[in-house]
Amino acid sequence: MQKKKKIRPFDILNYTIMILVGMLCILPFVHLLAVSFSESSAVSAGKVGLLPVDFTLQSYEFALTGGKFLRALLVSVKRVILGCGTNMVLMVLTAYPLSKTKRDLMGRNIYMGFFVVTMIINGGLIPTYLVVTKAGLLNSMWALILPGALPVYNMIILMNFIRGLPEELEEAAKIDGAGKLTVLIRIVLPLLKPALATVGLFCMVNHWNDWFSGMIYMQSPENYPLQTYLQTLLRNFDEILKSAGSDYAQLISMMNARTGRAAQLFLGALPIMLVYPFLQKYFTTGLVIGSVKG
Amino acid sequence: MMDMVFLYASMGLCGNTINFRKMWRWPRQKGRETMQKKPGYLSRFKRQWQYHLMLLPGVVLVLIFSYIPLYGLIMAFEKYNPALGFNSPWIGLGNFTYLFKQPNFLKTIWNTFYIAVFKILGGIIVPVIFALLLNEIKASGVKKLFQTLVYMPHFLSWVILAGVLMDLLSADGLINQILLSLGLRGMNFLGDPKIFPWTMIISDIWKSFGFGTVVYLAALTSIDPGLYEAAIMDGASRWKQTTYITIPMLMPTIVLMTILSIGNILNAGFDQVYNLYSPIVYSTGDIIDTYVYRLGIEQAQYAVGTAVGLFKSLVSGALICISYYMADKFAGYRVF
Repeated sequence: MQKKKKIRPFDILNYTIMILVGMLCILPFVHLLAVSFSESSAVSAGKVGLLPVDFTLQSYEFALTGGKFLRALLVSVKRVILGCGTNMVLMVLTAYPLSKTKRDLMGRNIYMGFFVVTMIINGGLIPTYLVVTKAGLLNSMWALILPGALPVYNMIILMNFIRGLPEELEEAAKIDGAGKLTVLIRIVLPLLKPALATVGLFCMVNHWNDWFSGMIYMQSPENYPLQTYLQTLLRNFDEILKSAGSDYAQLISMMNARTGRAAQLFLGALPIMLVYPFLQKYFTTGLVIGSVKG
Repeated sequence: MMDMVFLYASMGLCGNTINFRKMWRWPRQKGRETMQKKPGYLSRFKRQWQYHLMLLPGVVLVLIFSYIPLYGLIMAFEKYNPALGFNSPWIGLGNFTYLFKQPNFLKTIWNTFYIAVFKILGGIIVPVIFALLLNEIKASGVKKLFQTLVYMPHFLSWVILAGVLMDLLSADGLINQILLSLGLRGMNFLGDPKIFPWTMIISDIWKSFGFGTVVYLAALTSIDPGLYEAAIMDGASRWKQTTYITIPMLMPTIVLMTILSIGNILNAGFDQVYNLYSPIVYSTGDIIDTYVYRLGIEQAQYAVGTAVGLFKSLVSGALICISYYMADKFAGYRVF
């Protein structure tokens, strides 16, 4: 066989391109981080590149004390837990019966069609908004959770995974007299863990990243989830600084809208940055386990 | 939506092909069916009511939050009255004629189309090239590292990315500083109507190409290594191997991804545009979704907003059907 020790000019070119493209994806965030740790005067003077200039933690202090950051964070955490929990329960409860044959579940294909249709067509923004409003969910956390409570696509991944499980286990449990719910909880659910981790992570990222439903369904800013709150920062951070009051005068002496915004955006991105390398692994396994075999 | 497209496609490519017909029906189990007589519906239901009960919450929620809004689409043909809701007086195509008389509406369609087409093209070309290059890297650790790096922006929300971009692209932002230090003219990336659509296109490609790369990498790794061995025997250079083996073997995936993205031709990316545009760039940057949002939610013109939404889904739906048909007819791919 050929020896691979020789370095071709192409390899050098290729690595150069890779490094450039890789930097293109990372450096904007390094810059964001640098701005968030710098003093406002240095930022305004355009001195901040990839490293902080005149290091200060003021922007972070302001985010964690003066701003409404923590309250929004709390709403988001609550939303991710509640929303993701609702998603998981509904997905399992729906996927398990649908994994049965038409013989074991009357009208299985009708149920399936009922769910799949919603993946292809939907009512769009305004009718959905009106239904949520009519249901009296405005300003309630449930407005962010219920409309997408059953992610059909992820449910199908789960369903296909359940179909791949050995049937004998369920049969054995049934012979021992276990009811259907017992079989689901005691037999199927433990085997479902890897698939649940995959779809669960997707649901978490979706809930965490969603800002739009917070914006249209929440009328008072106290109920904004983090991403919706961050969205309001994009345009009017100056006003937030002005309205912070004299108590914060000392605190905000060395920051401005740009550094303050950078700090809060970075905090908002941090959880995803920590989680996504693992997500990638789950993502590919999720595809393999989700596909129909044979 | 774009994610779904990617997921569909990648599911088809990761070795085990998803077959929607099989997903629909179980293969027949002949032995069992002939052995037992089919019992009546009632006795069958008695044995399986628990399953139906498990399905109930999902069915109810989908009915309320997906099917009622679908019914609500009839609002597009009504003069909306808040007291009557979805059953307001019927005015036929009135909302549509009103809409097409709006001076900005046709412009909005064009903007959407323009931005979306280039996003789709770039979203195919860039990941393919990047996957080909990445595939040439033999050290698997390095390959994984690059893959993970370029993948990151995909997982962040457009709110955060918009914040990052606003900072980078502002008049005194880093990019303009670099341009000026190189002796070039500064550019108003977010405020110049001529540049704005391209800011959207390029930043969207930047966000999503890492994700697309994964799909093509999966397709690349599934190419039979025997083909390359045979080509090496015949003395084919690396370039020849790429043009005669890799690209033709990748073609089905590329065609499939293109077809699947055609349904997105009226999706120019609400999250992105909404967070980055401003009235100065409405002439080139206002897209259908932002138009619906302003009209429907901000100005509470529900019926007209729904009409725009319906128009958009009809066009996209028709395009999806046509592209699936063409894929089946000319390329032999069946997605559903």
